[in-house]
Amino acid sequence: MTTLPLEPVPPPLEQTTPSAEPRWRALRSVDRSDRIYRRILTTLALALPALILVILGVLFVSALPAVTRFGPSFLWTSTWDPVAEVYGAAPMIFGTLASSFLALLIAVPLALGVAIFLTEFSPRWLRQPVAFLVELLAAIPSVVYGLWGVFVLIPFLRSYVVPPLKAVLGWTPFFDGAFYGNSLLAGGIILAIMIVPYIAAVSREVLLAVPTSQREAALAMGATRWEAVRSAVLPYGRAGLIGAIILGLGRALGETMAVTMLIGNRHDIGLSVLQPAYTMAAAIANEFSEATTNMYLSALFEVGLILFVLTVVVNAIARILIWRVARGAAVGSKAL
Amino acid sequence: MVAAANTRLRLETVRLTALFGKNPAVREVSLLFPAHTVTAIIGPSGCGKSTLLRCLNRMHELTPDAAVTGTVLLDDVNIYATDVNPVELRRRIGMVFQRPTPFPTMSIYDNVAAGLRVNGRRPRQETDDAVERALRQSALWDEVKDRLATSALALSGGQQQRLCIARAIAPQPEILLLDEPTASLDPAGTQRIEELCHTLKRLYTIVIVTHNMQQAARVSDYTAFMYLGSLIEVGRTNEIFTKPQVEQTEAYITGRFG
Amino acid sequence: MSAGTFRRHLTSRVMTALVVVLAFLAVLALVLILGDLIAKGASSIDWAFFTKSPVPAGESGGGVANAIVGTFIVVGLAALIGVPVGVGAGMYLAEYGSGRLGFLVRFVADVLNGTPSIVIGIVAWTFLVKPTGRFSALAGSVALAILMIPMLARTTEEMVRLVPHSLREAALALGYPRWRTSLKVVARTALGGIVTGCLVGIARVAGETAPLLFTALGNLNFSTDVRHPMQTLSLQIYVYATGPFDEWHRMAWAAALVLMGLVLILALAARWVTRQRYGSGR
Repeated sequence: MTTLPLEPVPPPLEQTTPSAEPRWRALRSVDRSDRIYRRILTTLALALPALILVILGVLFVSALPAVTRFGPSFLWTSTWDPVAEVYGAAPMIFGTLASSFLALLIAVPLALGVAIFLTEFSPRWLRQPVAFLVELLAAIPSVVYGLWGVFVLIPFLRSYVVPPLKAVLGWTPFFDGAFYGNSLLAGGIILAIMIVPYIAAVSREVLLAVPTSQREAALAMGATRWEAVRSAVLPYGRAGLIGAIILGLGRALGETMAVTMLIGNRHDIGLSVLQPAYTMAAAIANEFSEATTNMYLSALFEVGLILFVLTVVVNAIARILIWRVARGAAVGSKAL
Repeated sequence: MVAAANTRLRLETVRLTALFGKNPAVREVSLLFPAHTVTAIIGPSGCGKSTLLRCLNRMHELTPDAAVTGTVLLDDVNIYATDVNPVELRRRIGMVFQRPTPFPTMSIYDNVAAGLRVNGRRPRQETDDAVERALRQSALWDEVKDRLATSALALSGGQQQRLCIARAIAPQPEILLLDEPTASLDPAGTQRIEELCHTLKRLYTIVIVTHNMQQAARVSDYTAFMYLGSLIEVGRTNEIFTKPQVEQTEAYITGRFG
Repeated sequence: MSAGTFRRHLTSRVMTALVVVLAFLAVLALVLILGDLIAKGASSIDWAFFTKSPVPAGESGGGVANAIVGTFIVVGLAALIGVPVGVGAGMYLAEYGSGRLGFLVRFVADVLNGTPSIVIGIVAWTFLVKPTGRFSALAGSVALAILMIPMLARTTEEMVRLVPHSLREAALALGYPRWRTSLKVVARTALGGIVTGCLVGIARVAGETAPLLFTALGNLNFSTDVRHPMQTLSLQIYVYATGPFDEWHRMAWAAALVLMGLVLILALAARWVTRQRYGSGR
């Protein structure tokens, strides 16, 4: 141990001459590797904005002939006549919105029920299995839903659901007319089953983000379990839950296969859910390969453009609402 | 003990200032770290001791908005000179953090060898020797020699921290920076690490940041007391703790604040 | 207990029961569908089903060998394209994505995730089929890859973000350059989660039909040529389910069961991977 005092700073007593330049002055190449790595990742990431530009570009350019020919009346014209080359998307837009809202009507109580059950009331051992089963609903391909819908759901509706509905509610415009199977009702129901897992998964994450202190405070004040949920948990997560519902709406708007197999594919606007209808996605799927003229094709692209813009807007609203609760996490991305 | 006529300084800071944005966390600190000594840096929370430590291996600048002025000399070469590569510098200096951070996907062997492999693959025998040497020096060899290929996560907290020390010393860095290394360990684990400091200083120069004064007294040769970013007093450990020169030092040591 | 308190407790019990019933109904739907798949599809599955291609319309027999192989080829090729780009974009977001470009990429990924797959299909048709006048499995794979990329980007980012900052610091303090820290320490730790995300993405894409309608088109013969139309299970199910023959309907159920089995295997594999890797996030 030296007797060298530590302050103030004296000059070194021995000139330490390193035998060679310190090794660590060399090697700028590591910097270059860092730069290459960053450049590769950035290029890959740029694929995403590039993709969306391509999609928008293709949709715009392909839809342009129809847009210039029909103008805004495309949105409210009901005629869809490939022979006369007159196209109007109103029935499709109506059908898309109607089927999606009908789906929400059925799906929201089910999905919220699942989410609340899983976060608040379920015994621990039941949680994982039930959650897995609900997630599995999201894994079923759309075409399989369609298959089931055609051969199981529609006969079931025809035999057991529509007769009583017509008996009780047949006087309303919603249950007017004959039921032949393919209908807005069938499409709406299958859509509902398809979007339940998405709404449930996101709702569950929203509810889990509610701090337990909220629940405990309510329970400590003597609230019943349900009251604790209703007054402490649900209001806290309300924005996120609405976001989850809108996310489900976004999914319903874009669904294609199951819908086109069940909804009847008819360019018609009607209030009755028992009648066939059409959605934008189903129309494209059905008619794209039969589009013989350029204008026909362009009209379908315009439908695609409208659908794209609609889903983007709806999803953006949903994301904003959810982001406020979950703070930017990729919520809902784990749902299959 | 024979007092050497002179001794090398391994590390030295000259008016080192470290900033987060515009806020100085370390203010004009000048400190010497002689070779083969243990220097403890103590002070209340927020006094800048960890930040000072992180300036010594240029880790501070990895935080966004962080800046450093002043000089840090390693073997009389300013590590903040523009032609110095910080990545290479960090291979010359080992650091151990508060919480043990073994790489979870690697085995015990691979964890220790991690610092060796940065410079490219060496012959297997060389790596084996280096790993064994590092594990022996951190007093972990006997406990793990039969399960080097198993996951590092299977070790206890104290063992994991000794593993991190082994990982830090495997590349033979000569300077070892310890940032509150026993903060998350139980007394038994703490004691083993403190024993290590005594044995390791024969080979390395050690700087240890600790909030535990008793630890500083047990482990270090020199102690530096910091407060609000400034160096208040520095000296031989037994002198600092028995006859501190500055009133603030005495107040801290006797527990009147911090 | 007063009348008011009794009513509150009753309401709580009723609501609890309601919630349970709703959850049960949701699960019931799944059970019914899977049950029907098995009931109606299992009897048609035999060795011939897996090894033969479809026979001319109206005849009985034949199988879905072309569709099974086609599914593997189209989805496999899509993964080959989509996984590097998606995971790479996700790594970018996690490592360097705190700036404006990162915000843009993240926003675009979320928008793309919500885009209807039929729209992606017709866009892929425009620049892959229309110019050459030829439908191809490759075009279908590209369409599926476009679906996969934003999904994988977001899940990869999320998984990498889960790696504690202290691990990154430990590697940097050892003298690891940034790129090596990112690859060998951070990505390696998050690997389980990244692989899970990939498997989930592939599972989702394996069931898609809409984007393939106008790209891969479908093929009743056995083909492995990616530059020509190719059949997948999803396309086959669509054709058979909407066709006029009972025989076709029977085979549609069987094909749906096979497809569902494939998707389930991938989903279970994803869960298994997560459980295997110690210390890598969820």
